[in-house]
Amino acid sequence: MQKRSIIPIVYIIFLMLPIYWLVAMSFKTTNEILAGFSLFPQTFTVEAYVTIFTDPSWYWGYINSILYVSLNTIISVCVALPAAYAFSRYRFLGDKQLFFWLLTNRMAPAAVFALPFFQLYSAVGLFDTHLAVALAHCLFNIPLAVWILEGFMGGVPKELDETAYVDGYSFPHFFVKIFLPTIKAGVGVTAFFCFMFSWVELLLAKTLTAVAAKPIAATMTKTASSAGYELGLLAAAGTLTIVPGAIVIYFVRNYIAKGFAMGRV
Amino acid sequence: MKTENQKAWFFVLPVLLLVAFNAIIPMMTVVNYSVQETFGDNLFFWEGLTWFEQILRSERFHNALGRQFLFTFLILIIEVPLGIAIALAMPRKGFWVPVCLVLMSLPMLIPWNVVGAMWNIFALPDIGLLGYTLNHVLGINYDMTQDPVAAWVTIITMDVWHWTSLVVLLSYAGLVSIPEAYYQAAKIDGASNWSVFRFIQLPKMKNVLTIAILLRFMDSFNIYTEPFVLTGGGPGNSTTLLSIDLVKIALGQFDLGPAAAMSLIYFAITLLVSWLFYTLMNREDLNTEGER
Repeated sequence: MQKRSIIPIVYIIFLMLPIYWLVAMSFKTTNEILAGFSLFPQTFTVEAYVTIFTDPSWYWGYINSILYVSLNTIISVCVALPAAYAFSRYRFLGDKQLFFWLLTNRMAPAAVFALPFFQLYSAVGLFDTHLAVALAHCLFNIPLAVWILEGFMGGVPKELDETAYVDGYSFPHFFVKIFLPTIKAGVGVTAFFCFMFSWVELLLAKTLTAVAAKPIAATMTKTASSAGYELGLLAAAGTLTIVPGAIVIYFVRNYIAKGFAMGRV
Repeated sequence: MKTENQKAWFFVLPVLLLVAFNAIIPMMTVVNYSVQETFGDNLFFWEGLTWFEQILRSERFHNALGRQFLFTFLILIIEVPLGIAIALAMPRKGFWVPVCLVLMSLPMLIPWNVVGAMWNIFALPDIGLLGYTLNHVLGINYDMTQDPVAAWVTIITMDVWHWTSLVVLLSYAGLVSIPEAYYQAAKIDGASNWSVFRFIQLPKMKNVLTIAILLRFMDSFNIYTEPFVLTGGGPGNSTTLLSIDLVKIALGQFDLGPAAAMSLIYFAITLLVSWLFYTLMNREDLNTEGER
């Protein structure tokens, strides 16, 4: 083992400590948590997890979150694909300005939009639906998707398109049969990023929902405030929110570095 | 070379419509509020630019803006060098690469309110791992609900924990794209580690680092949920960053006019700084294209 590998190891330990503490807390009883400090759970209990998996108001939080996140990922990737193709292959009037305008939406603080979003989605009758959250998250996910996909598509030589046209392929046929398989790593990474940013964002999700599409965060906030200090339950709910991310990241592990570089390496 | 084709607009149209629906209508609502006064019951009175003047002159806004810049500055000067150092020390190939990447990405996949709650639990003075270690093992008096310095240290550490991996992953992506031949040539020339870093690795990482800094700037400048859950802006106002202050005004006091004016000023500042980065980045792109 090389001496310098100590740096990543120390860093990863630093990353794991708060996560370990959350997980450890979730297996402790409330009494033990409040009684004082203990590095490992003394009386190991899965009570908190049982509560979450049996109480509909808890597990529906997760189902709702997964529903709107998936919906958002599908919408974002589908509309971003043709747009990214246009940006990577053609020059057209206002293309640079449009691209920058798209990026500016990635910069808008969600706190600024919370109230107007509530009014807008109430006005169009979508308030408290999964679609409302999925559409609202498009604000920052579509620009991101276009940006990443454009990076990946830019790496595909233009000769591929031209050869296909010479061979008599129509555009849709070429796009689906030849182009998409070429950039499938890019599409996977883009979907991952849309999933990730929609999953971690909760301010808008909370603002746009009340009962029927309530995300897990709202349930957690309610517990934190109403049930006094049920830290164990809160920790278990927090632990479970890490699981979906950990699963999806496994699928893109080989492309993740390139993805974070927006396909631009 | 790209070809001129105005029909490309049709490809962009769905994106344009969806984003415009989400961006322009709410933005117009904000603009609308920013020039009016409301007393509830949907009664609005024209106020012109009064709110803008008031906000720009108010000490409260200056303080929140100052804290915001301090926060963004601190996390950038910690996260960027740290991220580069970790990326340089990471293995380039083999079994440990995906393991490192997955473990490092984990903090970024945790919902932001959970990040705040997690650090809250972690930092509790008597029963949290961090709080207990500092107070009872190292004997440092630490309580972030009482001491502004402790609160600042905690939110900075939390952000470093949460986002340094982004810089690591971007730098790493830049590093692995350097062909082995470059290093061999450097070795033959007898280049020191520092000159390898300065003349081979750093130039190759320039593009990805610009993206990293741009993303970290935008996200840290807009940060809301994590510090709000962790400290609630306190103790006092010591960790009330811009967006926390904004939400306090808009939803806490329901002063929609001033809150809207503040939103627009806030957005304008973010936009200006990001635009500077973006033009810088595009210039870099042109330069590298010229080299090819």
